[in-house]
Amino acid sequence: MRRITLFCGHYGSGKTNIAVNYALYLRSLGHKTVIADIDIVNPYFRTKDSEGQLKAAGIRVISLPFANSNVDLPSLPSEVYSVFQNTEEYAVFDIGGDDSGAYVLGRFAPYILSGEPYDNLYVVNFHRPLTSTAEEATEVLREIEAAGHVPFTGIVNNTNLGEETAAQDILLSDGEARRLSRLTGLPLVMTSVREDLAAEVNLENVFPLKLQKKYW
Amino acid sequence: MSEKVLMKGNEAIAESAIRAGCLHYFGYPITPQTELAAYMAKRMPKIGGVFLQAESEIAAINMVYGVAATGKRVMTSSSSPGVSLKQEGISYIAGSDLPALIINVQRGGPGLGGIQPSQSDYFQATKGGGHGDYHLIVLAPDSVQEMADLTALCFDLADQYRMPAMLLADGTLGQMMEPVLLPEPSTSTVEKPWAVTGTQCKRPHNIVNSLYLKPEVLEKTNFDRFARYKQIEENEVKYESFMMEDAEYCVVAFGIAARVSKNAVIAARKEGIKVGMIRPITLWPFPKKPLREAAERVKGFLSVELSMGQMIEDVRLATDCRRPVKLCNRAGGMIVSPEEVLASIKSLGGDKS
Repeated sequence: MRRITLFCGHYGSGKTNIAVNYALYLRSLGHKTVIADIDIVNPYFRTKDSEGQLKAAGIRVISLPFANSNVDLPSLPSEVYSVFQNTEEYAVFDIGGDDSGAYVLGRFAPYILSGEPYDNLYVVNFHRPLTSTAEEATEVLREIEAAGHVPFTGIVNNTNLGEETAAQDILLSDGEARRLSRLTGLPLVMTSVREDLAAEVNLENVFPLKLQKKYW
Repeated sequence: MSEKVLMKGNEAIAESAIRAGCLHYFGYPITPQTELAAYMAKRMPKIGGVFLQAESEIAAINMVYGVAATGKRVMTSSSSPGVSLKQEGISYIAGSDLPALIINVQRGGPGLGGIQPSQSDYFQATKGGGHGDYHLIVLAPDSVQEMADLTALCFDLADQYRMPAMLLADGTLGQMMEPVLLPEPSTSTVEKPWAVTGTQCKRPHNIVNSLYLKPEVLEKTNFDRFARYKQIEENEVKYESFMMEDAEYCVVAFGIAARVSKNAVIAARKEGIKVGMIRPITLWPFPKKPLREAAERVKGFLSVELSMGQMIEDVRLATDCRRPVKLCNRAGGMIVSPEEVLASIKSLGGDKS
């Protein structure tokens, strides 16, 4: 577990949910923790929606000044740089989807690459239509790397169908996740699973998730 | 793997349109519908289709007009301020009797407004929107599944009646993710003998036009068009009736407001209040008949809208104001909560007017 963890991936792959849960997990281990939402492409359903829960857990939250407002302005807060100076804090980055969301990472790539080892995890949901196979997922992964200038270090299999997810969906996707791992040479570091299904998913490194979004 | 996939509403519209045989997309990005254009940009080049980001919404709708004249399935998408810009082109398409699909993933207004969800383009969508006498077929989904299903239906109805159709969604439906079973590829075989496709020197020229030099002729095109609209009002009304069998009160809501309201209706039933909901799926043609019938039985109506109250006028017209119709609303990008709707349902009971 490295001090800086980035979550990137196709938009809608589940990055925000995982980032929020991962920050809460780091905090539960007793680490000082900060979460930075630098998603400048997604207008709704953001890390900021979970701000109350995160702050209550004692996590520092960095988010865009106009998040969840009526202003569609992709500005980044200078506070993000504190993550690279304040080295006793564990940091989780929630980054916008696809290459268009990953461009902001380029701004911080020199700091990330010149410092201590980091984790840049590629979140994939094989039930998303544009990343339904290992080949398609690789294509998106390469586009994100080219835009963000931060090489990936691992894969998170977050295959799900929202509230209709069954344990079987996740188990069946494991083969595709391993194929993606072989194609890219990146290790499969975790399989994230809605917490009520976690006991049924008999795989290595299962990471249980509390879902953050609810749509009536 | 199951057949379902997890999609954003905006993506579901795009993929469903492709499956409906739409290989021509023209648009200009605007929050909260940009994923639709982004999806088209990725998919169209892979399937031999056209994705074109025009220099403006006005350019995009006129490109739609051009392709529609050739009889090919074609669409554009935008959000409220962008759809306002498209109105001139939409009027020309309606005046030329051409099928096309326009998507409006609404945001708060008026003016530049904001990027949060809204339903305040109801008037614009259902009463014409541009200049002249015309209607659009307007369908209002309330889930990602319906975003996909109603997109396909829009194309079929537009072809069948030779007129533009609009899918009227909102930012929440565009952005939210749900499992969806995508529709099968379209097998529609509507003949389009009017299409401008080249005569091969075998038939007279087809001319697509909305200019008529003689007022008598222009009047006749209007009368003929409205005769067609009458057929649509008779044959194509769609709505969902929820817990209306024994209802004493009726909630009327569409799209995301209906989704919130359904929770409130269920909560009210648990408290012993006999309330049901009629959810218009076609906003034009508006489901007048079921509302008129409900007015025979219920004591009052509640129109739940993310606007200052627009559909409420159609509820009053459909019911000839025979029962009180109250409004429960939020505006400007705010979403009504199930608790607010429940409180409004309870207030209907206390109304003796």
